Amino acid sequence: MLFKAKPQKKGFFSRLKEGLSMTRDNIVGKLDRLVFGKKKIDAELLEELEELLITSDLGVKTVQKLIASVEDKVSRKLLNDASELKNTLKEDIYQILAGDEKPLEITKKPYLVMVIGINGVGKTTTIGKLASQLKAEGKSVLLAAGDTFRAAAIEQLEIWSKRADVGFIRQAQNSDPAAVIFDAIASAKSRGIDVIIADTAGRLHTKVNLMEELKKLFKIARRELGEDHIETLLVLDATTGQNAVSQVKIFHKEVGITGLVVTKLDGTAKGGVIVGIADEFKIPVRYIGIGEQIDDLRVFNAQDFVDALF
Amino acid sequence: MFDNLSDKLHGVFKKLKGHGKLTESNIKATLREVKLALLEADVNFKVVKSFIDEISQKALGEEVILSLTPAQQIIKIINEELIHIMGDEDSDLNLKAVPPVGIMLVGLQGSGKTTTCGKLANYLRKHGKSPLLVPADVYRPAAIEQLKTLGKQLDIPVFDSNIKQNPVKICKAAKDFALKNAYDVCIIDTAGRLHIDEKLMAELKSIKKKVGPTEVLFVADAMTGQEAVNIAKTFDDILDITGVILTKMDGDARGGAALSIKHITGKPIKFIGVGEKLNQLEKFHPDRMASQILGMGDMLSLIEKAQNVFDEKRAMALEKKIRKNQFTIGDFKDQLQQMMKLGSLESIVKMMPGVSKKMKNNAQDFKDGEKDIKKTIAIICSMTTEERNRCEILNGSRRKRIAKGSGTTVTDVNKVIKQYLETRKVMQKFSKLGIKGLSRLKRSL
Repeated sequence: MLFKAKPQKKGFFSRLKEGLSMTRDNIVGKLDRLVFGKKKIDAELLEELEELLITSDLGVKTVQKLIASVEDKVSRKLLNDASELKNTLKEDIYQILAGDEKPLEITKKPYLVMVIGINGVGKTTTIGKLASQLKAEGKSVLLAAGDTFRAAAIEQLEIWSKRADVGFIRQAQNSDPAAVIFDAIASAKSRGIDVIIADTAGRLHTKVNLMEELKKLFKIARRELGEDHIETLLVLDATTGQNAVSQVKIFHKEVGITGLVVTKLDGTAKGGVIVGIADEFKIPVRYIGIGEQIDDLRVFNAQDFVDALF
Repeated sequence: MFDNLSDKLHGVFKKLKGHGKLTESNIKATLREVKLALLEADVNFKVVKSFIDEISQKALGEEVILSLTPAQQIIKIINEELIHIMGDEDSDLNLKAVPPVGIMLVGLQGSGKTTTCGKLANYLRKHGKSPLLVPADVYRPAAIEQLKTLGKQLDIPVFDSNIKQNPVKICKAAKDFALKNAYDVCIIDTAGRLHIDEKLMAELKSIKKKVGPTEVLFVADAMTGQEAVNIAKTFDDILDITGVILTKMDGDARGGAALSIKHITGKPIKFIGVGEKLNQLEKFHPDRMASQILGMGDMLSLIEKAQNVFDEKRAMALEKKIRKNQFTIGDFKDQLQQMMKLGSLESIVKMMPGVSKKMKNNAQDFKDGEKDIKKTIAIICSMTTEERNRCEILNGSRRKRIAKGSGTTVTDVNKVIKQYLETRKVMQKFSKLGIKGLSRLKRSL
């Protein structure tokens, strides 16, 4: 058997909740234990709360902001009871994330989705899942093997293109990725393809030369298609800590990110770093990855996310 | 000659003195800062807490070194402790077994196992081994091709497996193959998996049982956040890992995961991956990691400069010599050179907190002092070893030669010898105070 059998389809909520269950159990379990039997919100409780949020990778800065807001509400007597703490926090985090809830809309034809990120975050897997979903929506899809550097990256994408039954454009390993993108755009135009999804080599945001190479790809793409035909997705690994902020900052500065994908949320990692990123950059989160199956790539929904989190 | 200079320096140290011992109140603010720095570096919260608690328990009551403030002293202690925690164990690979020796790489998806396998094979070949790469990742599309491509690039053989095979069987067969073909190390690339995936974790366990590797290396992304502890702990609980390889160390992550993982598993960090090229695998350096995690490079280098020079060991050796009346001109030169190691006297004083502006501006005095020291060193360098050990043989003609050799005058040479004899006298006096007194003297020189 070539591929793992697909398990029975589950409802959206149950899969998301299941995927995020480790996260939920962790935070809620601790939060409920924290406030259990407590009436007053005191310094000690707030300190423990701070610890809880930090262990969810929310980051010192964001946590201090959230705690300050709770403290403010306590001092203005808007929040008195420890049991209300959970809802207040939930609401505060929702407010930060709500702005991020803008699903990807494919408005132009051909539309180019550039998938970028550091090494090992799950770019190729995300592309595979996204291609299958777009195909299922009735769109014609072409995958462009823009990672010409990593060994067997092209083969990996090719397998996904076969799984999703979509078109595939490649060149030899170590060839110029800009040429691959150029070919893919030309081919999509002549074949009337709806969406091109371009893989790119994983690169650390600190590597100046590789970032220059990436900029070149975008220059070609923008010249051939125009800015409004392009979605730039930065893929982030939920297991990553505060370095994700630096990744967003630098990729955004260099090529301009229009959407985020957060992968590997099916582990125990809490992905809390998104909250801080949403707060600072206001870049929409398009998808989250909660498993290895094709339909485990989910449109990001802030309310569901917060609900599943708490 | 040194009077002017040492007077000035003495004044500086006097200002910094009087902190006495580390107390809860004089380290509180610093500890909070360190705590935040560690959290921002992604060290796990619980690890930070227990680490800071331990440190403050240890540090309380410790005497503040004369040249440091309490804040600097506590950061020095923390830095040393970080280095100690992360690097005390032997980080060499254990290949002591009947070949073929197994090395297994395990970890989450995307941590960099396959690339690291290639790097490790390259590293072992450089050290005279003949490695065999074993692809046992049958799940990720094209993972086997990836390892085969890397093998081709390196010209290192890769065991022929395919995705229809069972990973446990692949590893067993690869070991038999290695035995027959005289490969002495099997490097096994396992599939990335979540630590909570019981089925796949069980698979790793049976590979380990079948192959009996000497090394089970946990490959971790240096950017991992708070979860690093849980992930590492689960892998260690199930597989009893033997070491850690940190990847993606060439990015700008502060790498707190290193401390978290070490703290929770107690297993040594053996290598770091510092690039995408196959020779970019390095031995782990705990001192570099410590300063990266702490993120206080400037402060640390100042502290290091201030105390490196007169460290206890050297002082002890010196004291012995003085006691035996063996303090030679050579030793005298060493002392001066150690002092020069601090950098220019001016720059050191500028770095020190609590030094008056007026003093900092007094650059000419420092420059003159430095010139004198340099001249003295030049003169001593022009002496033969015998002359350095037994200054009484320095007669007129020898002194003339030395002056010529160092580009100075006989008067200068005479001055240096007199200076040395005086220093020796003073030192002998102080040696009666014991080691503590001596190091105090040296520090406040």
